Amino acid sequence: MSMFAVATVAIVIAMALALVRAFAGPSLYDRVLAGNSFGTKTVILIGVMGFLTGRPDFLDIALLYALINFAATIAILRFFSYRQPKRTPAEPSSAATGGSDD
Amino acid sequence: MTEGHSTLSAMVFVDLSLLTMLFLVAIAMLRSRHLFAVVMLSGIYSLLSAAFFVSLDAVDVAFTEAAVGAGISTVLMLAGMLLTSRREKPVMPGRAPIAMAVVFITGAALIYATIDMPAFGDANAPANAYVGKQYVERTPNEIAVPNIVTAVLASYRGFDTLGEVLVVFTAGLAVILLLGFGSARGGREVSDQEDE
Repeated sequence: MSMFAVATVAIVIAMALALVRAFAGPSLYDRVLAGNSFGTKTVILIGVMGFLTGRPDFLDIALLYALINFAATIAILRFFSYRQPKRTPAEPSSAATGGSDD
Repeated sequence: MTEGHSTLSAMVFVDLSLLTMLFLVAIAMLRSRHLFAVVMLSGIYSLLSAAFFVSLDAVDVAFTEAAVGAGISTVLMLAGMLLTSRREKPVMPGRAPIAMAVVFITGAALIYATIDMPAFGDANAPANAYVGKQYVERTPNEIAVPNIVTAVLASYRGFDTLGEVLVVFTAGLAVILLLGFGSARGGREVSDQEDE
């Protein structure tokens, strides 16, 4: 059981690291990737938490989260691929270079 | 350290770190003026709160939070963000003492109200004493659904849930009728000046 406890701590640390990337940016794709990997960490955390508390049924929920996370990331990225050619000159290529923050 | 202790302390650790991360993400969302970052952070916020709901055993709420919060509303926020500028205008740094006082007083009142709440897991709490107890006792015999929450939502309150589904369906239909399908790809951009 303590194996799962150690794994939980490691996953939480990995979540914090992904969070740092989401805070710092700087480019748009860094944030998309941070969000996606954060979702993956959430999936793993829920799975491990299920085994930690002795209820592996949580694995089903983790699977559904993986599906949602995948679909959301695809949706976000498709959004930008659709919008990219229609960029107005008022905002020059802020998406193409990734919209650096500050 | 026994197994039960290690499990318990690991769960406490998970809860504490999830809440800390929620707090940090909320602060970062408030401080950031870069709208795309705010949208991604709000997706992360939903994922975090969904994980926290799972750790609280509120699995159905967690489902909804993950699907709506992290999935759909992120995309909707992106759609809204792309119709406007990518940066929020800087807010004037003036202080509003009355608003601050109202927020603090409301917060203090809410915290004061929690003192009256029954203790966690209290058997005599209203939530555990009357209807909830009946559901827990009757569900295994009356309905062949192992999860009590599912049994309540889909069977005991079946008509209520049907009505909710109807309302949500109607709302979605109305939004689609107003906005049209596929506005994400090549839909006409709305602007006040030009009239195509």
